[in-house]
Amino acid sequence: MAEAAKMQVSDEVAIQITGMNKWYGQFHVLRDINMTVMRGERIVICGPSGSGKSTLIRCINRLEEHQQGQIIVDGTELTNDLKNIDKVRSEVGMVFQHFNLFPHLTILENLTLAPIWVRKVPKKEAEETAMYFLSKVKIPEQAHKYPGQLSGGQQQRVAIARSLCMKPRIMLFDEPTSALDPEMIKEVLDTMIQLAQEGMTMLCVTHEMGFAQAVANRVIFMDQGQIVEQNAPKEFFSNPQSERTKLFLSQILGH
Amino acid sequence: MDQHFSRSEMLPPLAPPITERGAVKWMRENLFSSPLNAILTLLGLAAIYALVAASLPWWLNSVWNAESLGQCRAIVAETAGEGATGACWAMIRERWHQFLFGFYPPDQWWRPILALGLLFVALAPVLFAGQKRNMAFLLGGIAVYLVVTLTLAETPAAAFALAVALVLGLTALSQVQPGRLLWFTAIYPALCFWLLWGGTVWAPIVAMAGFVLLYLVFRFAAPVIGLTPAAGAGIVAAVLWWLYLQGPVSGLLQGALPFGLRAINSDLFGGFLLAIVIGVTGIAFSLPIGILLALGRQSDMLIVKTLSVGFIEFVRGVPLITLLFTASLLLQYFLPPGTNFDIILRVIILVTFFAAAYLAEVIRGGLAALPRGQYEAADALGLDYWRAQRLIILPQALKVSIPAIVSTFIGLFKDTTLVAFVGLMDPLKGVTQIVRADIDWKGIYWEPYIFVGAIFFIICFGMSRYSMYLEKKLKTDHR
Ligand SMILES: Nc1ncnc2c1ncn2[C@@H]1O[C@H](COP(=O)(O)OP(=O)(O)OP(=O)(O)O)[C@@H](O)[C@H]1O
Ligand SMILES: [Mg+2]
Repeated sequence: MAEAAKMQVSDEVAIQITGMNKWYGQFHVLRDINMTVMRGERIVICGPSGSGKSTLIRCINRLEEHQQGQIIVDGTELTNDLKNIDKVRSEVGMVFQHFNLFPHLTILENLTLAPIWVRKVPKKEAEETAMYFLSKVKIPEQAHKYPGQLSGGQQQRVAIARSLCMKPRIMLFDEPTSALDPEMIKEVLDTMIQLAQEGMTMLCVTHEMGFAQAVANRVIFMDQGQIVEQNAPKEFFSNPQSERTKLFLSQILGH
Repeated sequence: MDQHFSRSEMLPPLAPPITERGAVKWMRENLFSSPLNAILTLLGLAAIYALVAASLPWWLNSVWNAESLGQCRAIVAETAGEGATGACWAMIRERWHQFLFGFYPPDQWWRPILALGLLFVALAPVLFAGQKRNMAFLLGGIAVYLVVTLTLAETPAAAFALAVALVLGLTALSQVQPGRLLWFTAIYPALCFWLLWGGTVWAPIVAMAGFVLLYLVFRFAAPVIGLTPAAGAGIVAAVLWWLYLQGPVSGLLQGALPFGLRAINSDLFGGFLLAIVIGVTGIAFSLPIGILLALGRQSDMLIVKTLSVGFIEFVRGVPLITLLFTASLLLQYFLPPGTNFDIILRVIILVTFFAAAYLAEVIRGGLAALPRGQYEAADALGLDYWRAQRLIILPQALKVSIPAIVSTFIGLFKDTTLVAFVGLMDPLKGVTQIVRADIDWKGIYWEPYIFVGAIFFIICFGMSRYSMYLEKKLKTDHR
């Protein structure tokens, strides 16, 4: 917790969401979302299942479309303009619950594909970058294997490295550890903690409250498509304000 | 009771008992595992015996040297006794060239022979991408095939030398820069067309220039007006080129630099030459069209989607024969008067569309089998639609569809025999009829079908084996 305080948060805005609403057909899934994320901030989003956490962070790189309000990422507003969407997507990395590595490509090819085709980096340079990030997530020796040959924890670390190879300015995580066996959770969390210490702007949907306390500088609690409460982790856990938050915390911390 | 146990001496490994070994074990497990299985085995053996007993004499009494069916029968009667049956392969010996080439003039046989050899050169980089050893084997085999067959076909010396030099040069290239061989694959269609139909060399070159024009328009328009409009503009430019400039330009060039082969009319094509021309062109073009239709069917754009669905459902809902009749009759009405569309070309177009509709559905199945996460990961990395399709989605979707795609290809190849219905000389019905029309071979029945069937089987079996090899090579999921 002491570490969290040490980490720098600048006064530059990374993500600005104002009055955002989203519907799936008739279902009002996100309701009047307002939030500002500063560069270097590490935000943990939690809340009960179906509360719209995934939908919210998927709106930030336009995997889902919002119908009302404004989302500005790194100064670029998300509209139907494909150019803007591509720009935002190349700035924002995303890590999924089920890794979503490309099974027909080797680990190295998984890592170099987007830099080569989107960033137009020369192949050799892309491979060097890929090896650098693979070493960083501590699996450089797996570079020439296929995703199917790796354990879940290793695959998720590859997925993180794959995002990092695009040199993103913001990273989104959607329950990165919830498909993993307990002994593998730690290796992935360690990678994420290291990333946080390097000052990456992170939005992380997770129920790993230990992680939230260690690195987050803000915890956002969502329920029924709304932001119900947000606070610094210390206060959030020790002194929750709303009844829903208290109930939720008692459920996930209670046992 | 004393529960203590400790082994003082380790046991040596023994051979398994006789009933668990070799042939005995295999038979017990596979042929006689239960009373029912034993009965089925015996029945099966009896059926095989009956078949062999009935047909063996026919095979054994085969006659290879005779002038006519009557002579064949006389020889069989003489050697095997009155009433014996025997195959009359002498017919194949005399007429094999019609089964292979139809009425293609014998002094020009070297052209289809060379085209077939070069076909495999063109396929090499596609079939064995980057595998130098396999490519060397294939190209070496082709070189040997060409030297032998071109000599037998009495090829003109200049053409022979050029062909061998070309294949050797490409073999060398395949070992140095295998990727470059794709350039040969790209020009092969025009080269093949020119070899088979002959005429001025400028016609295919000018036609290829249409594609270059398409690419240039696309290349320079894309940054200005966007990918899709640029592709449209390129296609329009190319079509205009082919419609209005193709004839004059190639005429002009031919006038200035005359060079060409003897023109061969389509109605001389027949037998496996015809089947392979239609089959290979159909296969080569139906796959990309099928992919586009499958993607179109999944598109968010209503018009693209409706057109794709309409095309697929219409073409799949109509028998191929109907389409072939359309090819021979209706297209003539729809096209502007004066355009004389070659019948083989018309048939190829419709066979291609037919196969493309089936392939589109097969590929759609492959696309549907991909988890949504693959699309999302591609999107999240910033890949645009076409890159995501080409690099992530299609390689996986096509991989799972390989067996079904190859089935469709095999079906397409066998369906080429249906062109007999529009008066083309397919090997099965067309050529066989011509052979039987000869008074010498009137009444011959099994032999031509067995011969044609065997060649079809070899080609289709080859495709099937290749698809299995490919599946194994591409297997990376390690499940
Ligand atoms: N494509 C969709 N169409 C319709 N409804 C959807 C769709 N995707 C999600 N929903 C609904 O939207 C709501 C929010 O979903 P979301 O996936 O964002 O929840 P979540 O907070 O991430 O839940 P979990 O913790 O289970 O992942 C849920 O009620 C879900 O049923
Ligand atoms: Mg979720």
